[in-house]
Amino acid sequence: MNLTLRIWRQTGPEDKGRMVTYQVDDVSPDMSFLEMLDVLNERLILSGEEPVAFDHDCREGICGMCGLMINGNAHGPQRGTTACQLHMRQFKDGDTIDIEPWRARAFPVIKDLVVDRNSFDQIIAAGGYITVPTGSAPEAHSVPVAKANADAAFESAACIGCGACVAACPNGSGMLFTAAKVTQLSLLPQGQPERYTRVIGMVDAHDEAGFGGCTNAGECTVVCPKGIPLSTIGRLNRDYLAASAKRGDTPGT
Amino acid sequence: MELFTEGDPIADTKAPDGPIETRWERRRFEAKLVNPANRRKMTVIVVGTGLAGGAAAATLGEQGYHVKSYCYQDSPRRAHSIAAQGGINAAKNYRNDGDSVHRLFYDTVKGGDFRSRESNVHRLAEVSVNIIDQCVAQGVPFAREYGGLLDTRSFGGAQVQRTFYARGQTGQQLLLGAYQALERQIGLGNVEMNARHEMLELILVDGRARGIVVRDMVTGEITTEMADAVVLASGGYGNVFYLSTNAKGCNVTATWRAHRKGAYFANPCYTQIHPTCIPVSGDHQSKLTLMSESLRNDGRVWVPKTKGDDRSPKDIPEAERDYYLERIYPSFGNLVPRDIASRAAKNVCDEGRGVGPTKLGVYLDFADAISRLGRKAVEAKYGNLFEMYERITGEDPYEVPMRIYPAVHYTMGGLWVDYDLQSTVPGLFVIGEANFSDHGANRLGASALMQGLADGYFVLPSTIANYLAAGPLEKVDGSHPAAVEARADVEDRIQRLLAIDGDRTVDSFHRELGQIMWEHCGMERTEAGLRKAIDEIRSLRDQFWQRVKVPGTGEGLNQSLEKAGRVADFFELAELMCIDALHREESCGGHFRGEHQTPDGEAQRDDDRFAYVAAWEFTATGQPSVLHKEDLKFEYVHPTQRSYK
Repeated sequence: MNLTLRIWRQTGPEDKGRMVTYQVDDVSPDMSFLEMLDVLNERLILSGEEPVAFDHDCREGICGMCGLMINGNAHGPQRGTTACQLHMRQFKDGDTIDIEPWRARAFPVIKDLVVDRNSFDQIIAAGGYITVPTGSAPEAHSVPVAKANADAAFESAACIGCGACVAACPNGSGMLFTAAKVTQLSLLPQGQPERYTRVIGMVDAHDEAGFGGCTNAGECTVVCPKGIPLSTIGRLNRDYLAASAKRGDTPGT
Repeated sequence: MELFTEGDPIADTKAPDGPIETRWERRRFEAKLVNPANRRKMTVIVVGTGLAGGAAAATLGEQGYHVKSYCYQDSPRRAHSIAAQGGINAAKNYRNDGDSVHRLFYDTVKGGDFRSRESNVHRLAEVSVNIIDQCVAQGVPFAREYGGLLDTRSFGGAQVQRTFYARGQTGQQLLLGAYQALERQIGLGNVEMNARHEMLELILVDGRARGIVVRDMVTGEITTEMADAVVLASGGYGNVFYLSTNAKGCNVTATWRAHRKGAYFANPCYTQIHPTCIPVSGDHQSKLTLMSESLRNDGRVWVPKTKGDDRSPKDIPEAERDYYLERIYPSFGNLVPRDIASRAAKNVCDEGRGVGPTKLGVYLDFADAISRLGRKAVEAKYGNLFEMYERITGEDPYEVPMRIYPAVHYTMGGLWVDYDLQSTVPGLFVIGEANFSDHGANRLGASALMQGLADGYFVLPSTIANYLAAGPLEKVDGSHPAAVEARADVEDRIQRLLAIDGDRTVDSFHRELGQIMWEHCGMERTEAGLRKAIDEIRSLRDQFWQRVKVPGTGEGLNQSLEKAGRVADFFELAELMCIDALHREESCGGHFRGEHQTPDGEAQRDDDRFAYVAAWEFTATGQPSVLHKEDLKFEYVHPTQRSYK
C-alpha cells in the first residue's frame, strides 16, 4: 500500500519544530510500524536528508522505549499494543498518518520523535522499591503471598514505563505510572514497612518533575499498552490519604 | 596468510581446588576485603544495566563504593534482560522432585555439552537459591500456588520443575527488581547514572583498566571517565546476524573495544539459535520475536509427513503428521535442549517439509492442550504470548497452530574471565552474557537470568573487592596521556565514519553481513562455508569503509552514527567467529559442524582434541589472532555423548 506520512521534525530542544509530509510506497501489511519508518529512513539517508529520529529497542513491546502519537493516539489505533508491535495491516492503502512525539511538560523533546523520560526514573528513585540490600533476604517461602494478591501485584507490575499514559492525559499527569508501582508494592507483604513513606515520596517526586495532577479523565488506562487499570490510582489515593494522616505520627501507629 | 597462530595455554588460577562444594566458600574467605571507610574513595564503572550490570551497580552502591553506571537506552530499566520471557532456574527443590544443587550443576554442564568450567557452574547452582530469596524480598511478583507458595515449571534439558516465573515476563520483573534497587542507590547518591551514554573505548594505565571513553548520545560530547576498576555487563553479540531476538541496540562494541585492548575473547563461535521464534515475513524484517520455550511444555511440534503438503494444518489428519521431536527423542520429547530442537526444525525444513509461505517454519500446536486443559487454562498460562503472536502474524493461535522457526537468541561466547570474573586485563571484570563462563557450548533455558543475577548480586561484589583491596591505585584523571590518546582515537574514528559519505546505508551493510553469518556460521557450519564467509566478510568490510553513508554530524543525537560504529565492530567480530568455528573441528552444543556428526545426525564432540576453551588474543587489525587454550577438566560430570532420547 501507499501512504502519506506527516511527521514532526524538530532538530533539537531549541527548535520550534514542524510537521513534514513524506510519501512512502509499497508498504507491506506484514511490516511493523517501525519497519515502515525504517524504510522511509533508508530512503532519506540515500537522498542526503537526515533520517527521522525515534526511540525503540526491543521491538517486542516490553522495553517501553518506543512511543509515538499516531493519528493523535498514543501508540496508535490498536488497543493493548505498543508502536513497535503495531503492524501495517491496521492501515489502508492511501491513508494519511500523523506521527508526533509524546507531548508533556515532564517529557521535553530531544529531537524529532525522541523525548526525555528521565522524570519517570526520578519517581522510582523517590521510593518505588522495597529496601532489601543484597544478601539480606529471608528464605523465599518464609512469607506466603495469597495468590489473588500476587496476581493483582503482577497486573500492576506489568507497566513498561513507556509514558503513553502521560502523553494521553489532558493534564500531562504521570499518576497511572506512579500508581502502578505503588499498587504492586502495597499489595505484597514485603512492601508493607515502607508503604506510606513510599507513596508520599513518589507523589512528591511526580509533582516536582512537572507532571500535572490527576482529574480522573481516564485517558491513560485506555492507551496503556499493558492495560494498567484506573483502579490503581484509587488505591494510590487511599494510601496517600492514609499516609498524610499518619505524617508526623509516632512509630507503631 | 595463516588465519591464526597458537600461543601459550591459559589457565584459571583463581578457582580453589578441593571438593567442588567448598570452592566458592573458600574463595570468598580467601578473597581480601575492603574496609567500608575506604570503599567510598574507590570508583567502579559499570557498563550496562541489565540483570548483571543493574544488580552489580546496585550491590556495589549498597556496599559503599562510588559507582558510575552507563547504558545506551534512555533509562536503565530498558536493558534487554527485560525481554526474557520464560523463567529463572534455581535449585530450591520446592517440588521435592529430586532436584538439588548438584543436579542443577550436572544438568548445566551436560546441557553445555561439556564445554564449560565445573567450578563456575557449581557456584552458579549454589547461588541460584539466594537469587530467588533476594527477588521475592524485592517484591518480584512470581507466579504462586493457591497456598501462597511459589509455583515452578519445566524447561528444556531438565526433568525436574525448577523454573520460577512471572507469566511470560520473568525477565521484566527480575530486571525491574534490580532497577528499583539501583534507583534507590541513585536516589541515595551512591550511584551516578548516565543513561543515553555509549562506551566507545577502554582506557588502560600501566596495563590496568582505569577508565572508559563515552559518548553522550544526546549532546555528542565525548568524555573520559576514570575509575579504580571497570565492569562490563554489556550483553551478547547476537546482532552480528542482523536478525536476532536481541533488541535493536544490542551490540558488541564495549567488549570488542576491550578485546582490542588486550582482553581475550573466548569461544566466539558458540551462539544459541532458539527453536521457537516467529518466522521471517519478508525483506523488511528488522528483528525476530521469540515465543517462550515454556510453550513447549504444552505445545506439540510437528510438520506434515510428506514433502510439499500445502493443505491447511486443520486438513492434515493425525496419521499424516510427524511429531518429530516426540518421535526422535521419546524421553524428553518437545522439551529437548534448544540446540537440538533448532537443528531438528532445520532438518525437516531442509527435507522440504517446512510450513507457511516461506516453507521455513514448523507448527507448534496447542490443540491437544486446549482440549485437555480447556481454553481458559491455556489462556492463563500463555495468554500474553498468544496475543503477541496474533499481533505480529495476524493469525489466532487458539484456532490455527503457531508457526515457528529458529532464530539467533543468545551468545555463550564472550570475554574470557577467570573464576573471579576478571578478564585478562587486570581491573577489567566481565559479567552476565558478556562473559563466556558458565554455559559451555549451549545454554539451557532459564539459565541466562540465573547467571546474570548470580554474577551481579553475589559473585562480582565479592571478587572485585579482592582486586580493589590490593590498592589504592595511583589517582589518574582525564589528562593522563593514555586517556587523552583513547579519546583522540574515538574522535578520529567518528570523523572517519562521517567523512566517507558513500552510497550505501549502515543497515544495508549490516543486513548483508547478517546474511553471510546466518548462511555460513549459523545452525550448521562447514569448512568450505566458513572459508567462503571469511573472504566475504573481509571484502564487505572494505566496502563498508569506502561506501557507507552516515548523514549528519557528531554533535547531537545521530542514530546513524551510533549504528555505524557498532556495525564496524561487528565486522571484526564476525571474522573471529568464523575463524573460531573453522578451527573447532568438532560439533558441540550450538556449534554444529556438518563434517562432525554421529550416524543419526547428532553433534559429535572430539574431547581428545577440543576439550578446551578457545581464548583469542587480538594482535592488530587485519593480522592473525593468537589462540590460547584453557584445558577443561571434568572431575564430577564425566563427558558422555549427550542423549535426550
